[in-house]
Amino acid sequence: MKPQSPTLKILTILSSLLFLAALAMVFLYAPLEETMNYVQKVFYFHIATAWVGMLGFMAAAVAGVVYLVRHDRKWDLLEMAAIEISLVFFLITIILGSIWARPVWNTWWTWDPRLTTAAIVELVYLACLLLRQGIDDPERRARFSAVYTLVGSLSVPIAFLSIRLFRTIHPVVIGTNTASNLGAFNMTPPMLATMFFCLFTFSVVFATLLWHRVRLEQLNVAIEERQMEIL
Amino acid sequence: MKKSLTVPAAAALEKQKQPSRVAGFLKAILAVVWKDLAAELRSRELLSAMLVFALLVILIFNFALELDLPTRRSVTSGVLWVTFAFAGTLGLNRSMAIEKDRGCLDGLLLAPVDRSAIYFGKAISNLVFMLIVEAIVLPAYSLLYNTNLINPGLIGVTILGSIGYVAVGTLLASMAVQTRTRDIMLPILLFPVAIPVLLASVKASEGFLQGLAGAEIMPWVNLLIVYDVIFIAVAFMTFDSVVEE
Amino acid sequence: MIEVRKLVKRFGAKPVLRGLDFTVEEGEFVALVGPNGAGKTTFLRVLSSLARPSLGKVSIAGFQLPSQAAEVRRSLGVVSHLPLLYGDLTAEENLRFYGKMYSVPELRDRIEQVLELVGLSARRSDLVRTFSRGMQQRLAIGRAVLHDPVVLLFDEPYTGLDQEACDMLDKVLREVAGRGRTVVMTSHDLGRVQDLASRFDVLAGGVIAASTTPSGLGSQNLLDFYRQALAPGVGRLI
Repeated sequence: MKPQSPTLKILTILSSLLFLAALAMVFLYAPLEETMNYVQKVFYFHIATAWVGMLGFMAAAVAGVVYLVRHDRKWDLLEMAAIEISLVFFLITIILGSIWARPVWNTWWTWDPRLTTAAIVELVYLACLLLRQGIDDPERRARFSAVYTLVGSLSVPIAFLSIRLFRTIHPVVIGTNTASNLGAFNMTPPMLATMFFCLFTFSVVFATLLWHRVRLEQLNVAIEERQMEIL
Repeated sequence: MKKSLTVPAAAALEKQKQPSRVAGFLKAILAVVWKDLAAELRSRELLSAMLVFALLVILIFNFALELDLPTRRSVTSGVLWVTFAFAGTLGLNRSMAIEKDRGCLDGLLLAPVDRSAIYFGKAISNLVFMLIVEAIVLPAYSLLYNTNLINPGLIGVTILGSIGYVAVGTLLASMAVQTRTRDIMLPILLFPVAIPVLLASVKASEGFLQGLAGAEIMPWVNLLIVYDVIFIAVAFMTFDSVVEE
Repeated sequence: MIEVRKLVKRFGAKPVLRGLDFTVEEGEFVALVGPNGAGKTTFLRVLSSLARPSLGKVSIAGFQLPSQAAEVRRSLGVVSHLPLLYGDLTAEENLRFYGKMYSVPELRDRIEQVLELVGLSARRSDLVRTFSRGMQQRLAIGRAVLHDPVVLLFDEPYTGLDQEACDMLDKVLREVAGRGRTVVMTSHDLGRVQDLASRFDVLAGGVIAASTTPSGLGSQNLLDFYRQALAPGVGRLI
């Protein structure tokens, strides 16, 4: 068995430390928001997990395309890892969003473009995982899942745009000062700093998880190969 | 003999080859379409299943939604597109299963034609089946609920929406029939990625039915066109990877 | 006519063909025999360009796979254990469809000839759905030779046929192979194969384990030869 590379070990420790620091920043450094109070704290991780979900979504699409061109299995592993991580992080985003929305919008869920699109992405991922489960030949599984990821990665942005043609009540927090949307607020510099620190932290967490997941799958493939040698 | 060919002669030969390749491509598409239509004309099993299913869906909506006059005004386009989408998956699945069952897909792939010709052939015949079902459902709905759905705008939207739906559907159906869980796979794969086309079709149809101004409908129509173009291109480029081993 | 060098085909980590070498001269009729799961079908799928080789070189009629797949397909006729025919089309319509896909010139006359060859002229306007298994298989052979390919590949053509249909198929096979075509056929039916083929190759463990000709067999039975060829691997097969 190949041991973990030192970089991966360092990265794992770094992600844990950054995560603790991010928690500390959210609860100790960032000031309390006037109207929403503690509920607003959810916002930092909500944004950060959504960011990771997006990273995973894009990584999966790129890995899929590269696989279709190169036919190299490692890109398939990367694609699957990105999909799984993105699936979990978008789910966390949705749950955190609901926790925030309940007191602020007075509802757990609304059919706003961003929420709906997040839900569609989850469905696309679930469909992709089901598709993978239904195919035994790893090479075909890789091709089909790459094609489906490509179709999904093109259709989801169009879905987002089309849903946006309806009116939205999701607050556009960054870049607007008009608090016309319910739940929007002005960010003070410490809040901004906290937000960017969370984004950075979660990007590192994403890279670490991705690496671990790809490594795990590589070990699985190695086990399969050993079994074949013995048989 | 070959050596004596002068450069312009060789170029002319090359030119002659070029249109013949395109002609061969078109011929193969036509052959697949002709084959599908001839077989369907004889058995009518796919069309009749789609049609009966479509009418059943409308019937169920009738009970589920109490389609009285005010409700009808707001839900007609939604009911229609849900019906088309359901009947469409039924047809797409069957049309690809026919190819898979008796090994015919291998037969098609063995032919010395570009694989995308097979895709376009299948997509065109699937589109024809879907349009036939729609051409029967629309007047039937008008008759049953005493509303006139025969309106050029709506027909245009129906065609544009069906093209997008079938373009993605044919690609995904050819993947679905090659999986272990092929009977249930297609709707699960197709619906999440067909949301934009269904949403835009519903909205544009609603606009035409309620006689809204063109400026309110056009964004949806444009969206449909964009979707159609993108996904025909994607299917054209990726179909090879779906059928090749 | 067919040149295969160090062919490897893997499904994931599982190698089915492990560095297979295989050569067929023009006009030869090669029978591939071997136990279930030895990779016979996979090998034919690679030869027929339906499956991509993982490693190794394959060339058919002077064309490389997979880079010149279209040319290879033009020179191939394939019959598998599935008929590859449409049940809701008539025999003639099936042939016309495949004829168009292969751009066969003077298609009408050619269909006439082929139907004659496989003895289905009388049933030309009947739906293939109503055909018996044996008739479907004969039509499948007709479909495979329609574009006059130089190489024919048969994958278990006898599967599911009764005695009479097998004899009929034999006759058609002889007729087809007798015209100087190169044929590769897989089969479990050693008795039948012994009369038809001009060479026997045993495919086991992903390589050609043994090869012989009718004259090489001498007084030996093909079954005995087959058993001998597999002998070292018997323990593993059970």
